[in-house]
Parts: sequence; C-alpha cells; structure tokens
Amino acid sequence: MSDDKHPEEQILQEGDPNTTGHVWDGIKEFDNPMPRWWLWTFYGCIVWAVIYTVLYPAWPLVNGATAGLLGYSTRAEVAEEIATFDAVNDPLRVQLESTELADVSSDAELHNFAVQGGGAIFRTWCAQCHGSGAAGAVGYPNLLDDDWLWGGTLDDIHYTISHGIRNEEDLNAHYSQMTAFDEILSDEEIDAVVAYVRNISGQEADATLASTGETVYLDNCASCHLDDGTGDRFIGAPNLTDAIWLYGGDEAALEQTVRYARFGVMPSWQNRLSESEIRSVAIYVHSLGGGE
Amino acid sequence: MSASQQPPQLYAAREPIFPKRVSGAFRNLKWIIMIVTLGIYYITPWIRWDRGPSLPDQAVLLDLGGRRFFFFWIEIWPHEFYFVAGLLIMAGLGLFLFTSALGRVWCGYACPQTVWTDLFYTVERWIEGDRNARLRLFKAKWDARKIRLRVIKYITWFLIAVATGGAWVFYFTDAPTLLVDLFTLNAHPVAYTTIGILTATTFVFGGFMREQVCIYMCPWPRIQAAMMDEDTLTVAYRDWRGEPRGKHRKGADADQLGDCIDCMACVNVCPVGIDIRDGQQMECITCALCIDACDDIMDKIGKPRGLIDYMALTDEANERAGNEKKPIWKHIFRPRTILYTTLWSAIGVALVVLLFVRSPIDVTISPIRNPQFVTLSDGSIRNTYDLRIRNMQHDDREFHVSITSDEILRVELEGTSTLGVTVPADSTQLQRVYVIARPVDPAAEADVTDFRFWVEDQVSGERTFGDTVFNGRGN
Repeated sequence: MSDDKHPEEQILQEGDPNTTGHVWDGIKEFDNPMPRWWLWTFYGCIVWAVIYTVLYPAWPLVNGATAGLLGYSTRAEVAEEIATFDAVNDPLRVQLESTELADVSSDAELHNFAVQGGGAIFRTWCAQCHGSGAAGAVGYPNLLDDDWLWGGTLDDIHYTISHGIRNEEDLNAHYSQMTAFDEILSDEEIDAVVAYVRNISGQEADATLASTGETVYLDNCASCHLDDGTGDRFIGAPNLTDAIWLYGGDEAALEQTVRYARFGVMPSWQNRLSESEIRSVAIYVHSLGGGE
Repeated sequence: MSASQQPPQLYAAREPIFPKRVSGAFRNLKWIIMIVTLGIYYITPWIRWDRGPSLPDQAVLLDLGGRRFFFFWIEIWPHEFYFVAGLLIMAGLGLFLFTSALGRVWCGYACPQTVWTDLFYTVERWIEGDRNARLRLFKAKWDARKIRLRVIKYITWFLIAVATGGAWVFYFTDAPTLLVDLFTLNAHPVAYTTIGILTATTFVFGGFMREQVCIYMCPWPRIQAAMMDEDTLTVAYRDWRGEPRGKHRKGADADQLGDCIDCMACVNVCPVGIDIRDGQQMECITCALCIDACDDIMDKIGKPRGLIDYMALTDEANERAGNEKKPIWKHIFRPRTILYTTLWSAIGVALVVLLFVRSPIDVTISPIRNPQFVTLSDGSIRNTYDLRIRNMQHDDREFHVSITSDEILRVELEGTSTLGVTVPADSTQLQRVYVIARPVDPAAEADVTDFRFWVEDQVSGERTFGDTVFNGRGN
C-alpha cells in the first residue's frame, strides 16, 4: 500500500501538519481549513450589521440613540397598532353609547366587547380600591355579591360610576351621611343598639340588651335604616339584617360605626372616562355575579 | 513547525464537483423516491376535501389564523397538540430505526437537500452535458456559448426554486385562492416573503452549496454517527478484494493485482466528491451511486459485482478471514432495531386509538380564585368558575351544565336563568358558572368540597366532565 492512497496512515506520523497535535486516547484531531464561504458569511454579517445600524435605531448617545434612516420606532408601531385597533372598535363604541344598557346583552358581540373592555378598564381604574377580582376590602364594597348600597341594576351602577359617592365635586353624586352617635347616645344605649343590630342580622347577642336596643334603634336609626333594618337604597342606608358588612359586623366594628359613623367616598368618573368606557365598566361589574 | 513549511491554510475554497451520469438499481430507486417525494410536496395542497360550508375544503391545511390543522378526515385543535408531538416523536424514532439499520439512508435518498440537489444536478446535466462536457465548460473562457448555457441553467434553477417556495405557502391557506392572489398581487406580504426566502435558499443550497450543507451546516449527520454500530449497513469498498489496484494492461502481471482497475468510476459519480476506496468518510451520504457505477464496470470486465457494496463493519473481519458474510436480514433484525420498531409502533397505535376515542366535546374548568368565595346577603357561599366548552362538531349545539357531588350544591349560569349553553359550530364558548352552598349546607362551612361538572350535548346525549373543588368558609 502506498502512502498517498491511505491518508489515515500519514496523519499518525509525528508532527504532521494535518493534525492539531491534540490526542485523546490515541485519537488525533484533524486541522482542516474552514470552508471559505464561512469567511464570506462572516464578512457578510459584518456588512449587514453596519447597514442595519444605519437604517435602524442602534448607537447609544448621551440622550437616547441614533434614530436610523428608516425612522423605525417600536413606540410608533405600538401607537399605530392601538390607533388601528381603536378604529376597528369605533363602530362598537358608537353602538354601545346608543344602545339601552339593558339591551346590550342581547347582542353577543357588543356584550362581549363591553365585558372585555370593561374588565380592562376596571383593572386599571377601579382595582386600587375594589381589588383586581372586585371582591373589595373593609370599607370598599365587594362588587361580586348581591348586596348593593345604591342599587345593583345596570342603570344604578352606571349612575354610581358616573357621579361617584359623597363626591363634592359632582353635585349629582350620591350623598348621605350617618349621624355620629358618640355624644348623642349613652354608652349603655350604644351597647344595646349594637346588640340589637347583631340580633337582627342573625348573630350572637345578649337578648336582654338587644330588647333594650330595639327602642334605641327605633328612636334613632329606623328613620334611615327602616323599622325592620333592611335599609334604604335611596339614601344609601345599608341593610343591617343581611350577612354582609362593609366595615365589619363584630361588636367592636359596629360600636365604632355607631359612635363615629362612616364616610366612604368614591370619585366621579364622568370626566375621566368616556361614556362608552363607563358603560363598559357598568356592564362588566353587573356581569360579576351580583347584577340585578 | 519549521520555517521552511508553508503556514497552514485557514480557509479553503469549495472544490467543484461534476458527478457523472450513472444508471443502475440504486439510481432507479433514487429516481422513484425523487418523483414520489416531489410529487407529494407539490400536489398535496391541491387535494380537495369536502368539510361542509363553514370549513376549508383543502385536504391538508395548516390554518394558523384559525388555529386548526386539517389532514383529510382528521381535524386537530390546539388542545390536541399532543398528536403533533406524537408524530414528531414517531418521526424521530423512525430516523433512529433507519439510521441504526441502514446508516445515513435518509441523507442518501429522502432528505430534501439531497432530492433537490439531485434535481439541480439533473437539470445541469440536461443543459450543459455530462461530467466531461461540464468540466470543459467550467475551464473554458467566457464566450457566447458558455454565457448562454449558464443563463439557461440559472433560469431553470430559479424557476424550480420559485416553484419550491411557491408550493410551501399553499399548505397554509386555500391553495386556488392564494394562487390567483399571488399573480394578481393581492396575497399577504408574508406569502411573498416566505416564497422569496425559500426561493433564495433552494437556489443557493441546490445550485451552489450542495454537499457543503451536509458537511458543514447540517447537525443530523453528526447525530447519526452516534446511532450507528458494527451491524449498521453502510456503503463500503472491499479493499481486501480490490487491492492492489491497477490497470489490467496486457502483459502486466494481472494475477498480482486486485479486482479494482482504478477506473475512477466510483469517484466520478460521487455527488459529495470523495473516493469511497479511502474508507468510511464523514462526507459520505450513502447514496449508493458508486455501487451502481462499480457494478457496471465489474460486469464489463467479467468480475463479480459488489466490489463496492452495502456492508456492515462486522462483515469486513468475516470476509478477511475467508468466512461468509452475514445475510443482510441478520444485520437488520437485532435487539436495537426491534426496540425502535416496537416503540415506534406503540406510539403509532396509541395515537390512532386516541384519534378514535377522542370526544367531539370538551370542557376546561378554571376556578376563579380572586376571591376564593363570595358571601351572599343570606349567608350563602358562592364560588365562580369559568367553563370553556368546546364544540368540535360542525353545527351549533346546546349543552346542559350540571354538577354531581356528595354535598348539596346549587348551580347557576351567568346571564341566563337556564342551565343551557349554546356553543356555535367549531368553536369554544366561555361561560361563567356559579356554584352556591346555602348557609345550612356542610359545604358552606367546610374547607373544600370535591365535585364534578358535567356538560351534556342535548342533541347526541354525549357528555364530558371535569373535576374541581368548592371552597367553603373554612378555607
């Protein structure tokens, strides 16, 4: 066998230029040249990179970066996409503003638009107080349940969102104020009325104290909360007989409420959100399980 | 390294390759495979399949916009993507099987790079002639003839490349509509971009890169190397029979020479430009054209065929020792290939069974956990669930939602006083569902209560379920 026909014998020779000199278990590594097109590909990538940095935003400067000849910007692209999206939704918005709230649910596409859009608006503007799941917190009403201070129909919810609660900037806002009974009733009377309220809402209470409390209640509280304690939505007086307590139904919380009253406020949204946005939020809130 | 030696070249230009035309059994097999694979590729999108008015009537369609995959009578929804995963696993195991039994048989016969390069070589041969004519043309000065032949060749390649890229996009949308749109310039820019990219890659890979793709770009040959063993059939040269090689001239000492007459037929037909007589090389795609070329020569000089042949590593030792070589089926049927076949079949059978038992309705339950439960004014505890009901049938269906549980629970649907949900044909409907426990029910006070949602098709009576839990006050 001649050497030129069997290169594998050649490469086993000492110091052969065709190997790198690395040996693993007797296996040597070829030192073959790279294909030249790799080199050209590499140069091509450099040229591409230079062209790219000229055409697109690339080089960082002190205040920003080079803009690139094409004037491309992701911000502008997003703005354009939002504009396109708004344009597509415009007919739905117009339709939403001109449709009776109660009739929206009969149009599946419009209803879906309102609920999805309303959800997004709710999570942006309302979730800070009412929670991202709309479950509220102490002092901030839970919007999922079936108990409404100012009414739970679509129109009621729409009105509340538009004008807010106890909001002095909006003359049409729902407004009511409970009396602070700290200096009007004696400590005993306050204890008694707390016991009475716990009694009518089905909680544990001292029966004797509660029966004293009934008189105190009828004299001082029934004008707003009504004789049977079911409250009055017209003036936002809560129903005291149900299982839902905005500020807590235990003795300490109730005593605090009776002595110093409560004054929950909500902003008016009619100047911050568009009519279609307010309608969307109203429909969204109404769809969470408590809508009337 | 001594100063007198040239420094090693870091880069080397591609050696042009001019494979000679060859005929024989393996060449015929390659022709058949080329026609079948290209035929499948170009024709498939044009097969029509009636699915009714609401669905596309293309037999094979990857509807990315509608998130559906249509394959004849089979329709795959995104939640059934495991079918695709299963097919990919089968494709992987299939390649393992073929590689361990037959080496780089995929590379040699069926790989698109091989098929298209073969097609481009065929075109080149038609236009510029066989090996010697092409070599002459390559070395010739640029004159009118050379320019004419090159231009014709490049235009033909380009048309093939455009047709290749053009066929690809038909798999993703209705082919007849897209064809018209493409020519009237109404198609989506993505279609033109895709065709452009695939035209460029086909033209460059098939016309110029050719074996460079296999040697330097493709990772698969390196992976295949790990799957071959001493029983794997590869293309090899019987050097114990062929050597010492030499021309059998008159008067020469012919009995001293082996069967190889050093005619270079095997080298001249090789599409990757190697000499198989140097032994196994990483460039070799086992296309077996050298077997055809050598057998042809052996027939002419009256020697037995098979100087170059499909062989396994164990055959060499056997034959050198003068023993019979193992029959091919013994190389192929061994534990490893049987294991691959078993796994491959098992997954195949599982997929087919799944295909037939899958339900045309499906429900996914997302319990709303913000908040976990809501207290109602009468003290009841309410949980909320988002039910996504999928109707994979081609007509609207009315579904009845109900629950079964050991405890007493009441179910209500958002937006309706009934328990019926209408899901339009071929779509998924989101329905908010409330489950309520009265204050006196144990579920209201408990931590969690297991229960099961049932969704029943009011037309066919078919039903499906999903298990979930009810969170009580104790949670």
